[in-house]
Amino acid sequence: MLTKQISIFVENRAGRLAEIAKLLAENDINLRSLSVADTSRFGVLRIIVDDPDSVEQILRKKGLAVSLTSVLSVKMDDRPGGLAEVLKVLADNNINVEYMYAFQASNNEAYVIMRVDNDLAAQDVLVKAGYKGYCKF
Amino acid sequence: MAFFNKHEETMSSDEMSSLQTERLKKTVRRAYENVMPYRAKMDAAGVKPEDIKSVDDLAKLPFTTKQDLRDNYPYGMNAVPMSDVVRIHASSGTSGKQTVVTYTQRDLDVWAECVARVLACAGATKDDIVQVCYGYSMFTGGLGAHYGAEKLGCSVIPASTGNTARQILMMQDFGTTVLCCTPSYAIYLYEHMRDNNISMNSVNLKYGIFGAEPWSDNMRTQIENFLNLTATDIYGLSEICGPGVAFSCQTHKDLHVNEDHFIVEVVDPVTGLRQPDGVPGEVCFTCINKEAMPLIRYNTRDISALHRGKCDCGRTLIRMDRITGRSDDMLIIRGVNVFPSQIESVLLSSGNVDPRYLIIVDRQGTLDQMEIKVEINSSQFTDQIRGLQALENSIKAELDSALNISAKITLVEPGTIERSVGKTKHVIDNRRLD
Ligand SMILES: [Zn+2]
Repeated sequence: MLTKQISIFVENRAGRLAEIAKLLAENDINLRSLSVADTSRFGVLRIIVDDPDSVEQILRKKGLAVSLTSVLSVKMDDRPGGLAEVLKVLADNNINVEYMYAFQASNNEAYVIMRVDNDLAAQDVLVKAGYKGYCKF
Repeated sequence: MAFFNKHEETMSSDEMSSLQTERLKKTVRRAYENVMPYRAKMDAAGVKPEDIKSVDDLAKLPFTTKQDLRDNYPYGMNAVPMSDVVRIHASSGTSGKQTVVTYTQRDLDVWAECVARVLACAGATKDDIVQVCYGYSMFTGGLGAHYGAEKLGCSVIPASTGNTARQILMMQDFGTTVLCCTPSYAIYLYEHMRDNNISMNSVNLKYGIFGAEPWSDNMRTQIENFLNLTATDIYGLSEICGPGVAFSCQTHKDLHVNEDHFIVEVVDPVTGLRQPDGVPGEVCFTCINKEAMPLIRYNTRDISALHRGKCDCGRTLIRMDRITGRSDDMLIIRGVNVFPSQIESVLLSSGNVDPRYLIIVDRQGTLDQMEIKVEINSSQFTDQIRGLQALENSIKAELDSALNISAKITLVEPGTIERSVGKTKHVIDNRRLD
């Protein structure tokens, strides 16, 4: 259920995200999911890829400021209220979600990527509650 | 603690001042008799060589500036005929003509001794293998370190600059124990080894002699940890001879000046009067043991302060602080004096080992605005926006208190601030003062 996410520091200027997307494509990096958080001056591009360690090395050598973060990838039940239930499990166990974003795997299953304040504890309680992670990247 | 020349390096202050006086008197007379620009300057100031009776009388003599060297390009400051000159170096001027420096054979021997003192103080002996990664060219770094290491009896590898992979291969194959390069290249070497998974155990470095650019104590500890060696700061400038004018010892406090060859003074940038010990000002050197080009009160525009007294290492040589800035680099923003080096030291203390930054000064209406762009590096970057905002805010708060004026901080991606070879251009001043 725990997955490594790569975060990239991106200046907030026109065309910069496109340049980074091109760099990823040129290096045959297949994005499973991504999200961008930004302010008026800079942002953080967060991506999920198949082989985070080697992609991190590639991006670092290209001179980007990057870091690896441990996040949760949780399979969502495909019905209304599915996300609310996951969040309730975490809230009941005093685990805070810092941010989250969703993605859909090739088999149409929906997943949510979450960064929480205690990833190991979160994994424990979600597994106990019967949730599954997406580990076959 | 090892000395190359224990007698001179540990002289009493009385002995030193009588040696300096004797050499100074001779130098001033030779300059007056052989260097026409000096004769003209002294005549204009109404000073005769016989008026110089002690080191204190140096204050009667006019300063020499880089402009004097340019005006008398290339050989006008020489005190000997070209038949006695055996070496010519030149320094790259950022503006205008380069400045030329000449040496007799005896000058080269004295210079080599100055550098040998630095190496011996660092811990090197004739058993060491020294790799010199300074440029071998018109720049004094390469040949200066080279002859100094030979003087001490070391085995010298004249590697010069460039080709980092080959530099590392030489360190591994030739068993390099002493590395001579710029502090930023030392960090670059480390990063290259780390990124290419080359183990630090594959090299056998013991000592590093780093100079030719300003660096902080913080950066020294980082380099020592990264490369697993002890680092020594070597200071010099080509106009005076090159590297070896001053050097740090194992106490890492400040720099010992080879004052039996170079008298150092620190003067107020505005009045030109000597500052009391401990008070920063412009550093001036007088070459009292140089034949070819004996500069008198050469104003380096480097900012430092002097300290006297015996050091824990045993040396009695006068000490100067690490250079904390240049009077030419000084910016006046909203009436406050700001040195780029102050900004650099704040960035260093924020955990940035090799800060790359650009100061942009502008005027909006009548008010000066200062923006500092800082390249973020991976070690400072966390995944969170609020972590980045906190980093910006903490740099801003520290700068505000160090400079007494407020600056806007902008984090930018690595590699986006333009580098020029050797020096990074740190300031863009867009103010139109008309
Ligand atoms: Zn000392």
